[in-house]
Amino acid sequence: MGNLADRLKADLHYREGMRACINCGTCTAICPAAEHYDYDPRSIVELVQRGDEEELETLLKSDAIWYCGECMSCRTRCPRNNTPGLIIMALRALAQETGFFTESEKGRQQIYLKRTIGHDILKTGYCVYAEGLGTDTHPEQGPIWDWRQNNWKAIMERLGANYQKPGPGAMRQIPEEALNELHKIFEVTGAFERFEKIEQFSEKKAKQLGLQWDDSLNNEYIKQLYNGNSNENSNN
Amino acid sequence: MKNRGKQLIWQNYQKDIADDHFFYVRSCIRQNFFPGAETTFLRILKDVLNKDVYDDPSHTTCTGIGYHTDIVPLETTMTVVARQFALMTEKGYKNFIPSCVTSFGLYLEILETWHNYPEVLEKTRSNLMLATGRSFVLPENIVHASDVIYKFRSEIAKKAKYRLVNIHTGKPLKVVEHIGCHYAKMFPDKSVGGAEFPRVLSGIIEEWGGEVIDYPERRHCCGFGFRQYFIKANRGYTFSSVKKKFDSMSPYEPDLIVTNCPGCNVFLDKGQYVISEQEGIVYSRDGYGIPVLTFEELTGVVLGFDPWDIGLQVHQVSVEPLLDKIGVKYDIQKKYTDKNNRLLGKPVKPTLLKTL
Ligand code: SF4
Ligand code: SF4
Repeated sequence: MGNLADRLKADLHYREGMRACINCGTCTAICPAAEHYDYDPRSIVELVQRGDEEELETLLKSDAIWYCGECMSCRTRCPRNNTPGLIIMALRALAQETGFFTESEKGRQQIYLKRTIGHDILKTGYCVYAEGLGTDTHPEQGPIWDWRQNNWKAIMERLGANYQKPGPGAMRQIPEEALNELHKIFEVTGAFERFEKIEQFSEKKAKQLGLQWDDSLNNEYIKQLYNGNSNENSNN
Repeated sequence: MKNRGKQLIWQNYQKDIADDHFFYVRSCIRQNFFPGAETTFLRILKDVLNKDVYDDPSHTTCTGIGYHTDIVPLETTMTVVARQFALMTEKGYKNFIPSCVTSFGLYLEILETWHNYPEVLEKTRSNLMLATGRSFVLPENIVHASDVIYKFRSEIAKKAKYRLVNIHTGKPLKVVEHIGCHYAKMFPDKSVGGAEFPRVLSGIIEEWGGEVIDYPERRHCCGFGFRQYFIKANRGYTFSSVKKKFDSMSPYEPDLIVTNCPGCNVFLDKGQYVISEQEGIVYSRDGYGIPVLTFEELTGVVLGFDPWDIGLQVHQVSVEPLLDKIGVKYDIQKKYTDKNNRLLGKPVKPTLLKTL
């Protein structure tokens, strides 16, 4: 186990992202997340640099570590070669390891990502499988997307995709043996352990909050975190 | 121009782009959203430039979106990436070209980590061997697919049927180039031109007769933000970024936006619909908005490919006003048809944004 600061320091993202912060605030000035949310990468890097256990635990339980969009714009601009975005990745990994992620509204959203993107990767070999993802959940995709969804296969074929067929090409059926290899890689490298932790801690939290829980995307707990917003996060 | 000196500094960022024999890996987002763009890219490489490019049926997602939504650990992603390299090694290729900018950044990040921590590379090798029995050689050359078009931009210009010039006024088209963040912001020295003044798209646009617009929020992220888009409750992050960019670029009245990252294209295109519905704003005088093309699509257009073979009909913002300016001939009757020319019905019209 070890303490939180030591566990962070062992993370490769942390080692790559954290040199020495001079607290200049350049990262915050150019950060798109800081424009939208009440978010300040500078103060997070500073807090992490101080390494105080209590402060770290509070940070890991907070929404603050879930606002970053991992665009890595901060990496280019930091005069000291730190990468706040990579430090955020290390914090998020630790929040999932410890279960602290379920203590914040934005952290709780991990279960949705695990059950969509995580499952798509293993089932299809694609990290996003957009067929069937309609404008009911994705209204921003517009009427052109309804047309695409209504004619998914015909449009794929019109545009030269090898839709759900063996052999090369766009949206081909990824061979069973490739999917088995992905599965095996996930097993050997600890991805399933992370998946399991996300599931277990989320279930525990759902029970604690008295929200209905099952293994679909339609349980009360997931519906709330997917649609709901306390509006305490935004700048405007 | 006052910033000329600064631009020259960034021109120091140059890199080698292989000439031939490419191992192509596809993008999950591009395949789902713009399958025609990848078809077009391969057609350009094979039929126009006569290059050898291998499209392996067995490659998979790099897990990039899982990685950047923090559900997939680094060790896992490294091993999946190693598997892609193993497929390349087995087929005898050394030049790796990803279609996706998120993947491109991720491959560079992992190569850097392996370089800095050789023990991590060794561990990845043994993980891959254990999981799949495969082994791999590191690629000799790794560039983004848009880098390849950049390299052959003059050859393409010579074969082009159209130029990025308004045939009615004779003036160059005004073009916004939007570079995916992960193309150069992480590793400026692995890009063409660096992070502030990347040349990868602007070099192409100028070569083909267009004029590049320099606007304040040019380097702002499109707002994808991975978890910020995927979860409905966070999606305001994405579309407020899109709005910021359009508010900043629209005074320059662009004719066209070109992207090299598939995600950016989705948000800059669909975002114009969102802003028109929510805020009542359309960012062009004619009411059609600003067309957003991927770099493959734009290359196909100048080469004279049929716009509906390229897949320009899948964008929410209609492309016809742009095609008319360039002088491209097209058959509007074929826009919404299947491969046998049967009409697939027409999309519903948005409230404010005009479409064709
Ligand atoms: S830009 Fe770098 S040095 Fe400045 S506050 Fe951010 S992390 Fe610290
Ligand atoms: S990676 Fe995160 S912290 Fe860095 S600029 Fe992007 S959103 Fe901000």
